Amino acid sequence: MLQRIRTAPPRYWLVVVVVLFFAGFPTVISSFQAGQWALALILAIAIMGLNILVGYSGQLSLGHGAFMAFGAYASAILAHRYKMDYLVTIPIAGLLTGMVGFLFGVPALRLSALYLALATFALAVVMPSLIKRPVGLTGGVQGISLPPVVVPQLAKDGFTMLTGSAMTSDQWVYYVTFAYALVLFWLAWNLVRHRAGRAMRAIRDGEVAAAASGINISGYKTLAFGISALYAGIAGSLLGLATGYISPDTFPVSLSIQLLVGAVVGGLASIPGPLLGGIFAYFLPIESNQWVPTQTWIPSQIVATVVKAGPAVTYGVVLILLMIFAPNGIVGLATAGYNRLRRRLRGAADRESGHIPPDPQTV
Amino acid sequence: MATTGSRIAAIAAVLMALAACGGSATPTAQTDVGITSTEILLGNTNALSGAAAAYGTISNAENAYFTYVNNNGGINGRHITLKILDDVYNPANTVPLTKQLVEQDKIFAMFSGLGTQTQTSVRDYLNGQKVPQLFVATGATTWGADYSKNTYTLGWQPPYQGESRIYAKDITTNHTSAKIGVLYQNDDYGQDYLKGLTDGLGSSASTMIVDKETYDVTAATPAAQLSKLKAAGADTLFLFTTPGFTIKSLATVTALHWEPAIYLNSVSNPQVYMGIAKKAGAALKNVTSVGYIKDPTDPQWDADAGMKLYKQAIANCTNCNVNDGFNIYGVAVAYTMVDVLKQAGSNMTRANVLNIAANQLNETNPFLLPGVVVKTTSSDHFPIMQEQVITWNGTGWTLQGTLINERGTLK
Repeated sequence: MLQRIRTAPPRYWLVVVVVLFFAGFPTVISSFQAGQWALALILAIAIMGLNILVGYSGQLSLGHGAFMAFGAYASAILAHRYKMDYLVTIPIAGLLTGMVGFLFGVPALRLSALYLALATFALAVVMPSLIKRPVGLTGGVQGISLPPVVVPQLAKDGFTMLTGSAMTSDQWVYYVTFAYALVLFWLAWNLVRHRAGRAMRAIRDGEVAAAASGINISGYKTLAFGISALYAGIAGSLLGLATGYISPDTFPVSLSIQLLVGAVVGGLASIPGPLLGGIFAYFLPIESNQWVPTQTWIPSQIVATVVKAGPAVTYGVVLILLMIFAPNGIVGLATAGYNRLRRRLRGAADRESGHIPPDPQTV
Repeated sequence: MATTGSRIAAIAAVLMALAACGGSATPTAQTDVGITSTEILLGNTNALSGAAAAYGTISNAENAYFTYVNNNGGINGRHITLKILDDVYNPANTVPLTKQLVEQDKIFAMFSGLGTQTQTSVRDYLNGQKVPQLFVATGATTWGADYSKNTYTLGWQPPYQGESRIYAKDITTNHTSAKIGVLYQNDDYGQDYLKGLTDGLGSSASTMIVDKETYDVTAATPAAQLSKLKAAGADTLFLFTTPGFTIKSLATVTALHWEPAIYLNSVSNPQVYMGIAKKAGAALKNVTSVGYIKDPTDPQWDADAGMKLYKQAIANCTNCNVNDGFNIYGVAVAYTMVDVLKQAGSNMTRANVLNIAANQLNETNPFLLPGVVVKTTSSDHFPIMQEQVITWNGTGWTLQGTLINERGTLK
């Protein structure tokens, strides 16, 4: 055990630090900020799902907001109409959405890249209208107001013991979201390192070669869709818990775009990528819209334009910059920087000792 | 030294005593969260960007009126600060932004938050936190109708249902043989209007309404629906549609060589939109609507004191179009807010302000049509319930008859 800890590569320690950071975070920030970070983590979960689909299996989806909507409504209907405990409905909503995603993956098999993107985009476009139809079930345009979140006594007592202050519902929602994020990221990490993940990547990189190696192409493609939708469903369900109210307007087309932008910005086909992407996708529009008007050096005409264009313009600018300077997202940039730093440090050390560094290709 | 020190101490003691006397002579002023000796902090969420960004200007117009009031001494020496945040018309944004305003910025009250779904999403929260949610910018009937369950929430503008009851009254008294076709937006706004019309027509609704068609906001054009309404034999067309769709509908009706009597909802009747519709080829014959706000483009108000005040106030907003009907709406609702705060006087508590707004309003608003009273009582929480029928004369709206009072028809 001790041996394993000592030889653990640095990224394991990074994981420990990140987990501890997110676990302790709400004790130092305000309750409202904890609520904001919960929403960022919710986006991170949905982006993780999208990442499995886009980053690892190579299928494009512009409609993940629709799966979030399905998960949110599944939970809300179970909680509101059938009086189930909301926490119990979260995994159910995830599984239901996963099944729907799996079924959607079957016809999606017949569509290649661009057509699949269009089909999923259509799903995102019609979802708000579809939700409005069964008024009795979904509340139509009025949406569903959920009962207020009740913090369990155990969590309350524990939090008071640690911090000395009472736990708010936002903080409780944060910890529920954090727990789901932890489990789902761990599952994704396991998935992509093992057989299914390898198969998906093989399909992404060369479908014919993968088929020739005996990989069940359609099976893994639909599986990726199902798992991806499951993540989005859980994220949607958690969104309902965090906001206490869902309606068709909660899931506009732009949500799906927001998720894809987050996935690309964070870094596709990486595990920490979606976490960074979620934080980025949540905070960038809010912060930029509140920050830009306070800057007196920016001409008022530009401020007015930026405010009117809203998040879209900041997303656009950041995306263009990233595509130029960091085509592999934030994680790609960080990895490249770390590798370069390590090479340089090793080079310096080796020069001092007179040791010739090995050819990188043979390592 | 010692004597000087004790003398100063004695003077200080006397001054302290005087100050204490002064304090006890006048009643101590009551304040609350968001109120300092120099500031009243209000919060607002609106769609500053995104598909519904046309509404964003309302917040800027409100701010322009507050600036005007602040420049003229404020309210008992306090300046109003309005913190405006962009929720992009999405309830998932409204919730955290409202929490930010309440918990981080510590606002006194929410003022004129825009949108039915968005404001519904924070109603439970604000009522739970006991933060007033005043004069929401939506005409949904629920704000007044569900007041007893949400005593911290109050609407302002006439509810959509009340407006379409006025149309129904016009139909049942003047056009008893009308064959009505309805085009409505498939959301709370369109459905509220339709309900008001159906309720207002009463038992004759089922025979008079020959067809109703709906569209979603994501649709490109309502042309197909209008063709159906024409084919169904309607001679009276109701447009419960937002400005963009209204313009398209008016132009399509003319393109179809159809000449029904048109009833246009008040959200889409500002003269700016009528001008665009005309340019798009709409004949604009026989168009009826209702109004309760003075139209800034209407020359009949040129010498009106209220209109002059509006133009003076809106000049504080550099990016606001003075002719935009949404801007005079913003200034008018800001006027009511200022009125309430002035009445609260030195008792600037949430409870007192809320009580005045919900139960004791009785205001003549200079930006509303003459005779319209902004009024609430302990049993009536719909502030504005009077509207006047208007008809389009080719270049502007002509007021018809007298104000119609719908007070008491909605519960």
